[in-house]
Amino acid sequence: MSQGALNYISRRLTVPPAELWGVVTFYHLLSTKPRPPIVAHVCDDIACRIHGGEALCESLEQIMGPPGAHGENGRATAWMRSPCLGQCERAPAALLTVAGERPRTITLAPVEDGTASIVDALRDPPDTTDTRLGARAPDERQRRVSRSVPQVGQAGMRLIGRIGRVDPTSLEAYRASEGYRGLARAVEIGPAAVIAEVVASKLLGRGGAAFPTGRKWDAVAKAEARPHYLVCNADESEPGTFKDRLLMEEDPFALIEGMTVAGYATGCERGYLYLRGEYPLAAERMAGAIAAARAAGLLGADVMGAGFEFDIEIRRGAGAYICGEETALFNSIEGKRGEPRNKPPFPVQVGLFGRPTVVNNVETLVNVPALLREGGAAYGGIGTEGSTGPKLFCVSGEVARPGLYEAPFGITLRQLLDLAGAAPVRAVLLGGAAGVFVGPADLDVPLTFEGTRAIGATLGSGVIMVFGESVDLLDIVRRIAEFFRDESCGQCVPCRVGTVRQEELLARLRARRPLGSDAEEMALLKDLGQVMRDASICGLGQTASSAVESAIFRLSIAGRRA
Amino acid sequence: MKPEPIWFQPPPPPSRPPAAPGRPAAPPVEVVIDGQRATVPGGSTILDACRARGVDIPTLCFLPTLTPVNVCRVCVVEVTGSRVLVPACSRRVEPGMTISTESERVRVSRRMVLELLASSVDLSTAPGLHDMMTRYGAQPERYGPAAVPAAAGARDRREPGHHQAPDGARAETVAQPVKVDNDLYIRDYSKCVLCYKCVEACGVDAQNTFAIAVAGRGFDARISTEADVPLPDSACVYCGNCIGVCPTGALMFKREHDMRAAGTWDESKQRTTDTICPYCGVGCTLSLHVQDNRIVKVTSPADVSVTGGHLCIKGRFGFTFVEPPGKDSD
Amino acid sequence: MQWAELWASLDVGSDIALANAIGREIIAAGLEHREFIENATTGFDDYRRGVEPYTLAYAERETGVPADVIRTMAHEYARAPRAMICWTLGITEHHNAVDNVLALVNLSLLTGHVGRYGSGLNPLRGQNNVQGGGDMGALPDRLPGFQHVENDEFRSKFDRAWGVAVPPERGWHLSQMFEAMERGDLRALYVIGENPLQSEADQNHARHLLEGLDFLVAQDLFLTKTAELAHVVLPASAAWCESEGTVTNSERRVQRVRKAIEAPAGSRDDLTILFDLARRLGRNWGRPDAETIWNEVRRLSPMHAGMSYARLEKHGGLQWPCYDEEHPGELFLHSRLWERPLRGPRVAFVPVEHDPPVDRLDAEFPLRLTTGRRLDEYNTGVQSSAYHSPLRRGESLDVSPEDADRYGLSEGEVVRVRSRRGAVEVPVRLDEGLRPGLTFMTLHFPDDVATNVLTIDATDPKSGTAEFKATAIRIERLGV
Repeated sequence: MSQGALNYISRRLTVPPAELWGVVTFYHLLSTKPRPPIVAHVCDDIACRIHGGEALCESLEQIMGPPGAHGENGRATAWMRSPCLGQCERAPAALLTVAGERPRTITLAPVEDGTASIVDALRDPPDTTDTRLGARAPDERQRRVSRSVPQVGQAGMRLIGRIGRVDPTSLEAYRASEGYRGLARAVEIGPAAVIAEVVASKLLGRGGAAFPTGRKWDAVAKAEARPHYLVCNADESEPGTFKDRLLMEEDPFALIEGMTVAGYATGCERGYLYLRGEYPLAAERMAGAIAAARAAGLLGADVMGAGFEFDIEIRRGAGAYICGEETALFNSIEGKRGEPRNKPPFPVQVGLFGRPTVVNNVETLVNVPALLREGGAAYGGIGTEGSTGPKLFCVSGEVARPGLYEAPFGITLRQLLDLAGAAPVRAVLLGGAAGVFVGPADLDVPLTFEGTRAIGATLGSGVIMVFGESVDLLDIVRRIAEFFRDESCGQCVPCRVGTVRQEELLARLRARRPLGSDAEEMALLKDLGQVMRDASICGLGQTASSAVESAIFRLSIAGRRA
Repeated sequence: MKPEPIWFQPPPPPSRPPAAPGRPAAPPVEVVIDGQRATVPGGSTILDACRARGVDIPTLCFLPTLTPVNVCRVCVVEVTGSRVLVPACSRRVEPGMTISTESERVRVSRRMVLELLASSVDLSTAPGLHDMMTRYGAQPERYGPAAVPAAAGARDRREPGHHQAPDGARAETVAQPVKVDNDLYIRDYSKCVLCYKCVEACGVDAQNTFAIAVAGRGFDARISTEADVPLPDSACVYCGNCIGVCPTGALMFKREHDMRAAGTWDESKQRTTDTICPYCGVGCTLSLHVQDNRIVKVTSPADVSVTGGHLCIKGRFGFTFVEPPGKDSD
Repeated sequence: MQWAELWASLDVGSDIALANAIGREIIAAGLEHREFIENATTGFDDYRRGVEPYTLAYAERETGVPADVIRTMAHEYARAPRAMICWTLGITEHHNAVDNVLALVNLSLLTGHVGRYGSGLNPLRGQNNVQGGGDMGALPDRLPGFQHVENDEFRSKFDRAWGVAVPPERGWHLSQMFEAMERGDLRALYVIGENPLQSEADQNHARHLLEGLDFLVAQDLFLTKTAELAHVVLPASAAWCESEGTVTNSERRVQRVRKAIEAPAGSRDDLTILFDLARRLGRNWGRPDAETIWNEVRRLSPMHAGMSYARLEKHGGLQWPCYDEEHPGELFLHSRLWERPLRGPRVAFVPVEHDPPVDRLDAEFPLRLTTGRRLDEYNTGVQSSAYHSPLRRGESLDVSPEDADRYGLSEGEVVRVRSRRGAVEVPVRLDEGLRPGLTFMTLHFPDDVATNVLTIDATDPKSGTAEFKATAIRIERLGV
């Protein structure tokens, strides 16, 4: 963003220039310094790391020089390191940003031929949003979808049933495969009954916090302040997570239907889809689907002729993990820095633009049409008592068939790993960077909210990342610490400084140069964990030590090396 | 002699002096503070409720005249049933709330917040924080020796999402050269704890000038003008209300900064006298800090109703006309 | 302006046309406060008839403010639960200053936005004790506490207290003094803390009159341009930090000023000088002590009676009227108007008519110059020039971008600004906040640019204020 562009935005939006500067410098896909028009953002995060992401970066450095080179010297291209791009099932991955008359972003994944495809793409950016679409033959496209979703074609899939089977760009195809039957039933039974069905299903939010969806909807539906807003949190950025991306890419109408039902039930006339900036294909498919739905009268002033108004606006993220935190996401939609708000008040009372707001994760909303088709009570019978319904798992790392898996809650970790073809494992990261490492002894844990809680772990967003014997776990843990240091918004002291101190401490452990004794370092790590967990404003800081502490104290990886 | 109706013979006073309309008071709330039952006004914050009962809770980013941002986390307390500690400055009391203000968990968090700050920020001109550190036993030296300070402007150029990997041998800090770009006040961001107070005072809580904002992300977050331009190129109007709310001396009168550098700053020789600003008709109270018969700093008490401690450029800096001309550079 | 919901950018000097049109629109829309008008005012019918010609179309023509903006202002003001009119010298530095104020008073009476919390009329004072000066009787017709000098009851109270006969006639205000100098009726002048040579309108004329005095005394902190002319200069100390006393701010709050530093050798505070002068004139007033004198004010001025130093200290100042030591002071005035039955007399609507500025625009002098202050400066710069303001950029003629285009002016170009009274040379500065046809200068740098050479000394007969805000000028490009 040039100074001229900043001045224009400031005047056009009547935002003070200093505030605008604060916003622009918050998001890592935006730059205030000249950058070459084409930049490759190469993932060096944990899943890609296992699959050669770091080696890729090192090769690029040899060919192109250090990362983050700026455009002062008139160069046309550059490369940068990136946190998880959400392509973990087809690692390693890179994202190409192309500026100019037709700015666009392109996903390159998997990058299987060393640096060649990145160098080629930098020279001549492919005319697509995702290299997966590059294949001409339908069979090959199908094969590539199956690679990300190994269960394609299997019967009984509620959430991924259409993937690979139904053309995601065709509203007609969607309608022909039970599409919009959920909304039709919703309109038939009315908003209160819809909420009753969701309550009966005992559906818990799939974004990581596992809050009862029905209760949330009910609170907003009853809130007196108007208007109400619906926000779909599609800022999936938890390292290791890619489920929402695939749902949006391969079954976009299901999300639109889910959002429409939610808007109808809670009295929202406007829904925002806050979509991660690094997901070009999802954005393309969602935008196309929204336009098609609007043209068909399924969004707009009179949805389905049923006398209610609902429409969806896409807001793209610009590179900030923290914006997946719901209140940071509100601030981001409002055009501010993505700094989380203190809670209470909760979003159902004071949310987006200060109004009662329903925030739901993509997967949660995709459950809704299916739930309405089958009936809330029946849907609640799937899974276990405490965790109902089907669940998506993002399996990556050292497995034969990484990808998105659907299974009823209650499947054990071992069963899931068998599906994905895991070799003997040293550790499994449950729930992503904000999650917990478990060891081989924990493989029989049932994958439910209560089951993982019982072993001091978490299901989080459904990340199952597998590490074998050869992986340098201390390096993985250090990368997680680096991630949190980068992604902390910087607002509160425990997280802003605590993530720095945690990363420094891990660097010392890795170099085997402790300050004082090892025991003192361990005490320090515990103190850091405690203050971040207890005193941070939001979930990012509260979980920034979770994976690190579990690796050090649960798996004793530091001791093993040292 | 023609009488002029109203003013020639003043009208009678009202039957009683006018007053501000009362606000409907929320019903009182029963809470337990450190094991003691207490009835506190509904809608009050935990901090209000505790301070009214003489229970001391330390604060850093809180000021009664600013909207609480609850970012420093020094004021956290334990509330039974809450998974995490809660900020006393902004959390409102609820019926039946059981609050512990000095539990072990609370003390650990406070100690750690102070350690994290003291290990990364120069607190040499923040005396209040030293008392707090003693109270909670903070040991900032256990993070190792401080890293080499950043070069001028280096921190302002950092980009979100990217940082130099640390080796852990030295603790990263916010140390950097002082920004001196005008004759009135300096910005020493080596002393900045990022409490947001200056941004609030520059914005809707006092001045509505919006010359500064928080820029960058994470540990690289910093207070910045637009595009990090020097103050004279920014929207700054030099009201100095940011100086007035700064808890660490990061924002400081240039005169104080120069005197400290010269070793002539001596608070034991200073006297503070409250008077009224000689300029416009608002009537702001000026606290004149005088050393050796010379005004060395001007502040304004926050508890005065007129402007709540906020001043403008003339009130805060325009006092030098009572000094012999040419005595010093400002 | 940046933060306003509405900006009525009017032609300078058309305030009454605007106010009357707002009043007319409020009545036409039925938004006037009937109960308040019926119970607390007189003259509404005359007012209604008086504003009848001020249609929105007429006002748009006269003021340049779009009719829909005026209409919105009228409706919003009338409907607001609380609304306040605040003004500064843009209302009062006109030849019809008092009429301007009355036009605003009429609006507050029309809507009942007076005498209630959060409502009212607020002249924002530009100097720290301009309110207090008036309160203390520094007005030609008042004794301390606004007690009229021509009221025998009030005056005799002072006669008794002071042991002298206070002259029963009102004196001259500032503009009348200059007129008296012109006539030769005023031959000696004692100026305390003011720099009239540079602050009066039509500066060349003012200099001529001051130079013609038989005897001029200047009491000041500085050797001002006025003091340079004086026969006697009495060096004074700074009242706000080198002596004790009180000042009164815009909200009528009497506040303590305190001595923080010693005054420079040879200077004395105003009280000491006056006491010494009295002694030389044969009267011993005793020891000059601010609190003693303040207590005398409290004895003689009922509205200050309750304000002991101790209470001023305790409450951080008190707002007059404060009748006794139990009285909290009045947060706002005129609340009696809402008592039923009404307490005291009704308040009159006073219809006023639009009368454009004296200095007319014509083909020769086509641009309007208005004067004012900048944030970091103060009046003629006597005090404010001492500190190094980073905002300071010296005097300029601020013009709208449109006028700059029209006259081919560029930023920084030095031009000659000429009025019917004189000319100055000054650099041009472009200001998007100005409407076309309007230009702006300050009086902060009189030694560099004597802005008041341009201004007109047409004064309001009631207040004596000169029309600093409306001068007709033309811009002459140098070397063209």
